[in-house]
Amino acid sequence: MSGTTAAAVTAGVTARPDPPAARAARWRIGEAVVPIIATLAFAYLLVPIVYTVAFSFNDSVRTNLVWRGFTLEAWRNPCGAPQVCRALVNSLQVGLIATAVATVLGTLIAIALVRYRFRGRALANLLVFLPMSTPEVVLGAALLAQFLSLRVNPGFGTVVLAHVMFCISFVVVTVKARVATLDPRLEEAAADLYASPVQAFWRVTFPLLLPGIAAAALLAFSLSFDDFIITNFNSGSFTTFPKFVYVSATRGIPPQANVIGSAMFVLALLLVVAVQLVTVSRRRRR
Amino acid sequence: MDGASSGTGLSLERVTKEFGAFVAVDDLSLHVPAGSFFALLGPSGCGKTTTLRMVAGLERPTRGRVRLGDEDVTDRRPHRRPVNTVFQSYALFPHLSVLENVAFGLRRRRVAEPLTRAHEALALVEMDHLADRRPALLSGGQQQRVALARALVNNPAVLLLDEPLGALDLKLRRQMQVELKRIQTEVGLTFVHVTHDQEEAMTMADTVAVMNAGRIEQMGSPADLYELPRTAFVANFLGQSNLLRGTVVEGPSVGPGSVLAVDVGTGRRVLVPTERAVRTEGEVLVGVRPEKLHLVTRDEEVPWDVNVVGPGRVTDVAFSGVSTQYQVAVPGLGTLGVFVQNISGGGEVRVGDEVHLACAVRHAFGLDGAEDVASGVAEDGAA
Repeated sequence: MSGTTAAAVTAGVTARPDPPAARAARWRIGEAVVPIIATLAFAYLLVPIVYTVAFSFNDSVRTNLVWRGFTLEAWRNPCGAPQVCRALVNSLQVGLIATAVATVLGTLIAIALVRYRFRGRALANLLVFLPMSTPEVVLGAALLAQFLSLRVNPGFGTVVLAHVMFCISFVVVTVKARVATLDPRLEEAAADLYASPVQAFWRVTFPLLLPGIAAAALLAFSLSFDDFIITNFNSGSFTTFPKFVYVSATRGIPPQANVIGSAMFVLALLLVVAVQLVTVSRRRRR
Repeated sequence: MDGASSGTGLSLERVTKEFGAFVAVDDLSLHVPAGSFFALLGPSGCGKTTTLRMVAGLERPTRGRVRLGDEDVTDRRPHRRPVNTVFQSYALFPHLSVLENVAFGLRRRRVAEPLTRAHEALALVEMDHLADRRPALLSGGQQQRVALARALVNNPAVLLLDEPLGALDLKLRRQMQVELKRIQTEVGLTFVHVTHDQEEAMTMADTVAVMNAGRIEQMGSPADLYELPRTAFVANFLGQSNLLRGTVVEGPSVGPGSVLAVDVGTGRRVLVPTERAVRTEGEVLVGVRPEKLHLVTRDEEVPWDVNVVGPGRVTDVAFSGVSTQYQVAVPGLGTLGVFVQNISGGGEVRVGDEVHLACAVRHAFGLDGAEDVASGVAEDGAA
């Protein structure tokens, strides 16, 4: 096997055109090697997640770095560590409010940018992208400078404002793609069939945009829930979950943080599976 | 808004629509009587769809008024006008079932029992068995029927049809033409149909308006338009025409049966009835339809009421079963088309034969000589 392979490889390099035998041999190598590389790549991607989940069951004392044995203690009492649930609730509150505001505003902006011709439209289109392309550190620091010069104390309110700002960009981009595929004749048909502009929006435009809006909202929430850099600049003493994990890393992350992280991961996974099941069953029903 | 049970008349008064510097519709006036089937016929870009959209309220006229019956609706938004449109792309709502698509207008107006009425409308277009489907799962012809039902169910004062058969294949198109006409007769609504297909316009409409470059070239019954076109564009766009350039040399003669004598070059004279001529002096175009021409082999003696030109040489013979189309090149006049019905069975005339062309004087028509002979010839849709 190895002899023929070596011969095939040299043949492949020197002789041209390739003899069919060499080509077949090379193909066989590819068939064997690609799955190995793929497996390694996935392992590399998944190890941190597996680690997080595994160490949520660790019987830890002060630090959660060494495996000391299996326990359900942290899962039974996820709020056991000081402040961890406070931080989680804070993150959820910020995420929900920022998502709601950014989704509504972003959707309206997206519709306006696609459907209407107005002065400054091209500029608005460009400016909407800026928060996405600016480094978060710069954005966070600049925002803090603004808040301080306006004498606004950083806290819950400033964090929500900051999150709304960067989430809007992503919502606009996501919803815009959906609006662009929407046939403007459908809205005309609605108007022709006695629907007022408001009715036409809720009966035709909105239901057709809903998949895009839902995707944008999920994206916005996950961005907000995840954000550390901008939050860290603009939160003062207010603590979100990522900030809690970062701060506690210096003294040892409690296993409860692993529990919450794992739970979020499982929830997201279940959500994806549920959406898939609904789509499949709906397709079957038609 | 709901009152229209048998259609309403529609009037456009000096309507102009400009898009920037481009004039899409140019000072257009027309009247569509209640309950009639009216066709706006013209090549793409002639302003016919813009005209329709102004009636629907989807475009605002730059100048002029739109009236439905006695009511001025120029400033009314589309959802407040008692008109409905069958869009070219159908524009069915993809997220609603066929039934809900049809019930959409009824629900917006809070009509009682919308679903029952929607079922009735679907039955009218023979689509009730697919009421629960989504539009995406229907064929083009089926979507077209649903779009028609969705508009008809509202019993509009005027039903607007924007090239509704454009996306269908030829066979289905012919079938739907017959069906549309049947439905129009059955419900008695006013239909305004926009098309670039002259055959479609002629088979369905009571009145046809031929549009070109934002203006109406001529309006009338299909037979009138065909038999007596008043512009070169109409003569060429609606069917085919042989147009000969010439100068009036005599006439009009006095009394009934008045004629003009026209010199069509090198001393050849043809006669045109004065009442069928747009101009009675100077430069004119003499027109004759190809099926009104006959081939005569000799320069035989002809009665005074027949025009003869020739000799010419046959350059092409196209046999299509029912008829044969000949192309005859006459020196000094160009190439003329001739349709001969296959009554005698098989043609005796071959390519290269020398023939004369004869045509009854009463079939000739006279147009303004300043017009382009080829106007409207190569436009789309001349089926």
